[in-house]
Amino acid sequence: MSLLKVKNLNISYPTRKETIVASKDVEFTLERGEILGIVGESGSGKSTIANAIINLIDPPGEITGGSIKIDKIELRDNEEVIQKIRGKKIGFVFQDPQTSLNPLFRIKDQLIETIQTHLDLDYQEALNRSIQLLEEVGIDNAEKRIEDYPHQFSGGMRQRVVIALAISCEPDLIIADEPTTALDVSIQYQILELLKDLTQKRNLGVIIITHDMGVIAETTNKVIVMRYGVIVEQGDTKELLTNPKSNEARSLVISVPPTNKKIDRFKLISPDGKEITSDSKNLTRKIIKSWGVRENTNQKLLELTGVTKIFDDNSMAGKFSFGSKNETIDKVVKAVDDVSFELFEGETLGLVGESGSGKSTIAKIITGLVRPTGGEIFYNNLSLYNSKRKYQIDKSRGQIQMIFQDPYSSLNPRFKVRDIISEPIKLFQKNITRSELTQNTHDLIDIVGMTRQSLDRYPHEFSGGQRQRISIARALATRPRLLVCDEPTSALDVSIQAQILNLLKDIQDELHLTMLFISHDLPVIRQMCNRIVVLKNGGVCETKETEELFNNPEHPYTQELIRLMPKIESIV
Amino acid sequence: MIVVAFVSFSLFNFVGDPVISLTGEDSSIERQAEVREAIGLNDPVYIQFSRFLGNVIQGDFGISYQLKREVSDLIAERMPATLELVFVSALLAIIVGVILGVYTGIHRDSFVSNVILVISLAGVSLPTFIIGIMLIYLFSVILGVLPSFGRGEVIDLGFWSTGFLTISGLKALILPSVTLSLFQMTYVIRLVRAEMMEILQTDYIKFAKARGIKKNTINYKHALKNGLIPVITITGINIGTLIAFSIITETVFQWPGMGLLFINAVYFVDIPIMSAYMIMVAFIFVMINFIVDITYYFIDPRIRIKDEMS
Amino acid sequence: MLLKTFNKIYDTDVGYSFFNSKIAIISSTIMFIIFLCSVFAGVVAPYNPFDPASISLMDAFTPPSWSEGGSSSFILGTDQQGRDMLSTMIYGSRISLIVGFASILFAMVLGVFLGVTAGYIGGRYEIIVMRLTDVQLTIPSILMALLVNGIAKSVISQSMHSEMAIYVLIFAIGISEWPQFARVSRASTLVEKNKEYVSASRIIGLSNIIIMFKHILPNILRPLLVIATIGLALAIITESTLSFLGVGVPPTTPSLGTLIRFGNSFLFSGEWWITFFPAIFLIVLALSINLLGDWMRDALNPKLKIR
Repeated sequence: MSLLKVKNLNISYPTRKETIVASKDVEFTLERGEILGIVGESGSGKSTIANAIINLIDPPGEITGGSIKIDKIELRDNEEVIQKIRGKKIGFVFQDPQTSLNPLFRIKDQLIETIQTHLDLDYQEALNRSIQLLEEVGIDNAEKRIEDYPHQFSGGMRQRVVIALAISCEPDLIIADEPTTALDVSIQYQILELLKDLTQKRNLGVIIITHDMGVIAETTNKVIVMRYGVIVEQGDTKELLTNPKSNEARSLVISVPPTNKKIDRFKLISPDGKEITSDSKNLTRKIIKSWGVRENTNQKLLELTGVTKIFDDNSMAGKFSFGSKNETIDKVVKAVDDVSFELFEGETLGLVGESGSGKSTIAKIITGLVRPTGGEIFYNNLSLYNSKRKYQIDKSRGQIQMIFQDPYSSLNPRFKVRDIISEPIKLFQKNITRSELTQNTHDLIDIVGMTRQSLDRYPHEFSGGQRQRISIARALATRPRLLVCDEPTSALDVSIQAQILNLLKDIQDELHLTMLFISHDLPVIRQMCNRIVVLKNGGVCETKETEELFNNPEHPYTQELIRLMPKIESIV
Repeated sequence: MIVVAFVSFSLFNFVGDPVISLTGEDSSIERQAEVREAIGLNDPVYIQFSRFLGNVIQGDFGISYQLKREVSDLIAERMPATLELVFVSALLAIIVGVILGVYTGIHRDSFVSNVILVISLAGVSLPTFIIGIMLIYLFSVILGVLPSFGRGEVIDLGFWSTGFLTISGLKALILPSVTLSLFQMTYVIRLVRAEMMEILQTDYIKFAKARGIKKNTINYKHALKNGLIPVITITGINIGTLIAFSIITETVFQWPGMGLLFINAVYFVDIPIMSAYMIMVAFIFVMINFIVDITYYFIDPRIRIKDEMS
Repeated sequence: MLLKTFNKIYDTDVGYSFFNSKIAIISSTIMFIIFLCSVFAGVVAPYNPFDPASISLMDAFTPPSWSEGGSSSFILGTDQQGRDMLSTMIYGSRISLIVGFASILFAMVLGVFLGVTAGYIGGRYEIIVMRLTDVQLTIPSILMALLVNGIAKSVISQSMHSEMAIYVLIFAIGISEWPQFARVSRASTLVEKNKEYVSASRIIGLSNIIIMFKHILPNILRPLLVIATIGLALAIITESTLSFLGVGVPPTTPSLGTLIRFGNSFLFSGEWWITFFPAIFLIVLALSINLLGDWMRDALNPKLKIR
């Protein structure tokens, strides 16, 4: 008997304009001891399915048809039964550990309350059980830590607490919605191992929802690929990843950056199954004409020596700790610690590290958004910061530009695309004629692969990938020589990521740009960069040529990162 | 506080001519000079200011121009009336406000909620004095059950006179306190409602639901505790506003409190009372803010206990 | 053309919400009517009650036309000086609206400027501005307005009182309301400042002023609009309260509050309409503005999505 049986599930969201179908005729089963992965790009409906099983879809969404059976009990339209099942038979893990726990209650209380809701135990018994649970999920010193509040735990620990809560009443099924997306690679590895462990020990059925193919490859037995609310392919994980049959699945698998070798361009598959190659040479010709020819001299373009950044923390807590244990009231964070590296013209240098490594801060220092506390930054042998630590923007004059991570906040929502792109042009060429301006704007929008009609629209009318293209066009408007890319594709779906990265590669080649590429995603870095700097906690661990770094990592941290990153190839 | 004291002081000295007010418009030049010397107006500013501060700390606010009595006496007389009124109104506003706010926040679209919201809207749109007049009209003139002015009988407890202990005192308290609290009450209702609605959409509430916690527990334990935090902040401002609005209420109901005193002072440009009132009120505000900060500290563990990541 | 713009507006979330909310339509219609009436008071009002030639004491204390003793030439009756109630109300509302709008405009310009600059520039400037708003926020607006009024009165010589009274009042109410605008503008500016389009603008090299007022300001207007509307209602109420207390507009140009004060003394002697009608008018005005503001707040709030 299957643990979970979903048949003909239909979910829709009626909005005032139209009814959006979130899922159509979805059907699958799950057995005990199995880990099922549901993968798809954003908007595919994977989260909605998960929420539907315990009937917690955000309104106005509703289930319009089908059946959901757990151990033969029908869950659909059965609010009473679902109430009892939530927590008891099905445990749920949400994506963001920061917001999943109630900040005002101790962990102890949250655990005991959950336990006592479903199981008939008195306070002491529930407390003991809670402590056991915390130990099982790997929290040291559980007896003491159970008294703490959520904000006293780090992200990874919080997720463990969330898992403890999910399994507290001995459920048979666990649904985890993007459980590790918000966590660092090393923590992610631990959490996934924990889940695999629990599945075996307790003979659970687990559903993991994710967009990360590497996670699918390493964790799941079966996988479902979804697109626009429909299951396009499902089956045994190994099978599907080595031999995807549907176009969508092929597109997904093929867009994933390989972890074991370097390729020239990312492969892309169009909806009708053929491979896409792009030809941007024509488009860039016009731009090259107006920019003037550039030669690659291979000189040193950017140099950082001993750069340090210390952030001061004036927290309210500091003011109130009358005679408490902590000595230092002014908290100090060393975001960047004595970092040095060089960047040569024409190359792509990668900065890789987990959260807290300082990579974003370095990007901000180079572009003048944050002042360094110490060290020197030279661009073209000129110091970017004067003796008073003020950014000399005239030294770089638009030659340094940046592409940001979040496509949703990097464009001013009140500006038309045309104005977003033309504003920097106007700033640098004060006497430009109207027709020239229009021409330049057109060239730029062409080069990033978007239509001219888009110029008269507003950012919110575009998808994430399209917005990143607009950002790139804006960045190119000042004719930069150095392009700093701060996690430009981390917020994008895998196939869109491939497109954007290809675009960046093409532009770099044609326009002789130098790139500083920042990411936490090792496979992406491998594909994009010639040389790599590995950062940890603000300091440099290792600097090497790409292939050498991956084949022969010296620093233990680098070795660990490479070892732990989810590899889609692991399946083979 | 210092800022307020200084403003008070400048009021006192530079606005209008205290000498003339004290001695009358027609006094001779010599007499004016004498008085000027006596009051110390010829001394340099900083000496005058420190003298002023010194006096204030000792509770000496000078003499009212108009009433020719010690200001500190006047204030002491009137303070209990105002404070009692404000206290009762504050209680009303917060208790009723929170209850109704929570209810309308949880039951978003029910008929009862909508009725409450409409009434609360009226509370914000009606100026306090109109509410007062209306209530007086209804309960005193037409129904004749409640008094329309004054405090009723008052029992003297040494430095404090209270209306709580007499029936007529309590009766007299009803209309003014309802009037005074209405504006604040509606504000509290809306604030609590908005808070509750936002909290109910958070992830941790969703997670609690996913764990099977009962709806009532979620509403009244999980959500409420988080929702009460902003209420504490506004309570502080609340009391301040109430003291201010008491001016209006006291005028309408002829309630013998500090507000009425102040309004008359403004009318007659009676500087000593004005500046004394300002200082007293500022002092109360600062105290309240301080207490609010401390309470906040005790209630929100995130402020009290530094997080692990620090 | 007009139809096209209408369709465009209707299509937006806000427009849709507006046309589907009876409350919004009704309250804005009422506001509009009152607004028009007061602007065109000379034409709309049946009499000009402030022209001494047109009133006569003989008509004093006439009750409303539908009660005994009333007359059809004074629909809502007359006051103690023989002035037609309807006319005085219309002229009165004009004063109330003028003071209300002007003071809010003043408060908004001052508050938004200080708030945006404080939020963007930061540092000591921000701390000073915020301290100022904190200090002022603890002092309720009525008190503030009273104080400013009182101080101004003692500074300005007796003879100038009447002339300057309205400006003083506008200034006083404006001063009491600016902290709200500053607070919200600063908070919104801080949020926007962290958004990447601001970083992009800085990297491009745009000047700070341009970033603040061309890029950031348009994005923070929504909550400001809500505050302005509700603030308008509050300003009108504050003005009427001050006038009621006797420290507002001079009696020669009475606002609704002054009218209520006039009538208050006659409430108990039976001439209820002298207070009643201005009071109702004021309530309706304030209510409709508040309703509009309320609807705005819900409609413009991205977090509470419409079902």
